[in-house]
Amino acid sequence: MKPNVVIINLRDNVAVILEDVKEGDIINLPNGKMFTARSDIPYSHKVALKDIEAGGYIYKYGEVIGAVKENIRKGDWIHTHNLDIEAKVEE
Amino acid sequence: MRKMETFDGYERPDGSVGIRNYVAVIPTVACANGIVGMIARAVPGVVPIYHGHGCGRAVEIEMHTRTLAGLGKNPNVAAVLVIGLGCETINAEGLALAISVTGKPVEFLSIQDKGGSRKTAALGMEIVRKMIDDAKRIERKPFGFDRFCVGLECGGSDAFSGVTANPGVGLAADWIVDAGGTVILTETTEMIGTSHILEKRAESPEIAAEIHRVIAEAEKRADDILGPLASLVISPGNMDGGMSSIREKSLGCIIKGGSRLINEVIDYGTTPAKKGLVIMDGPGYDMESLAGLGATGAQLILFTTGRGNPAGFPLIPVIKVASTRRLYRAMEDDMDINAGVVLEGESLEDVSQEIISLAKEVANGRQTKAEINDQDGIVCLYTMNPAF
Repeated sequence: MKPNVVIINLRDNVAVILEDVKEGDIINLPNGKMFTARSDIPYSHKVALKDIEAGGYIYKYGEVIGAVKENIRKGDWIHTHNLDIEAKVEE
Repeated sequence: MRKMETFDGYERPDGSVGIRNYVAVIPTVACANGIVGMIARAVPGVVPIYHGHGCGRAVEIEMHTRTLAGLGKNPNVAAVLVIGLGCETINAEGLALAISVTGKPVEFLSIQDKGGSRKTAALGMEIVRKMIDDAKRIERKPFGFDRFCVGLECGGSDAFSGVTANPGVGLAADWIVDAGGTVILTETTEMIGTSHILEKRAESPEIAAEIHRVIAEAEKRADDILGPLASLVISPGNMDGGMSSIREKSLGCIIKGGSRLINEVIDYGTTPAKKGLVIMDGPGYDMESLAGLGATGAQLILFTTGRGNPAGFPLIPVIKVASTRRLYRAMEDDMDINAGVVLEGESLEDVSQEIISLAKEVANGRQTKAEINDQDGIVCLYTMNPAF
């Protein structure tokens, strides 16, 4: 299947959605693997590539862009509703 | 052994190398634009540097003087005629002198000394005709890409600029730095939120401190002037576009600078002393940013766009990198590269190869879309304070 996400940096734990997906739609990764979107996600938004515990960092561009406020499952939409962008980063 | 890659450029007396061979006419002050226009219309091939300043300002005069001098010193310029008025703040003789340190032919005329518009224009036409004849004798010679200096710009960004066009340009920037050339990243406003990340890439603690200072100043300026509206630097459009924070938006901007060490931080419109990746402190506004980049000595500008900015720059070829196929199709006359292929499964590496290969061709003389469209127009100099 043609990938419908882009992973910008190998370190990233989110991918960028290329066209709107609905809950239950298949996310096709560039490496051929696939999983299910757990919510509607608009194009150009972020989808979690793995389960992440509350407080865990979200990496995009290989850098921390915030910490998740709740436990995240692979396929979740990551945005302002579940991302603490003020989180202090300790690397 | 692999032969060193080269481009065919024009060597200037100061050792710099241009990829274009222009004769520029620079007014010291906006009052002289009309005379510059008379000369440019009468003598095809001359590049007029129309601008709106040169007088009536206090704080910016030094910055505007060095920027105009920097445009004259740009290696794409073979010779310069400065047109002054006589009573303006930026002095014609001084500006001509500042440009002449490069050793290239520079002359100046002052309208009030030479008997007014028509007489000055007639004298100017004679001077630039001779300058053009002389410039034609300079032949292109091969130079390594360590002599390459490229400015970066993004304007009219969309949700995919930071996913396709900017990362593609970032890989091209790494290629230029690795070839020994210079890449200039600017738009300090669009670095807000990424200071700690850029500081980690500084070549020395001193450079890290400079990076910290210019970004903190840009943030403070936005806060001082806009107050609570400063957060609008990250607009609702960015949020809708999937950007969760200003840091995430800024990461999408700075990625066009690639991943190499930052060797220097320079003021707006000054020339870098170092090679490699350099940050120029400057505004996010495209047109003022381009003028500052032109004055650094950049021979070429890589300009990413999502909404579709058609602007070019006099003296400097501008390569437009579109973030989506939709934009590339909608404005094909303006866009040089379609980075949107990344959304169709091609790699960022493929896009960067396309950018590098076009940049090499443009260095050798191929015209960019902005050049074909004569997208030069007025040069916008950075201003921060009201005129008096």
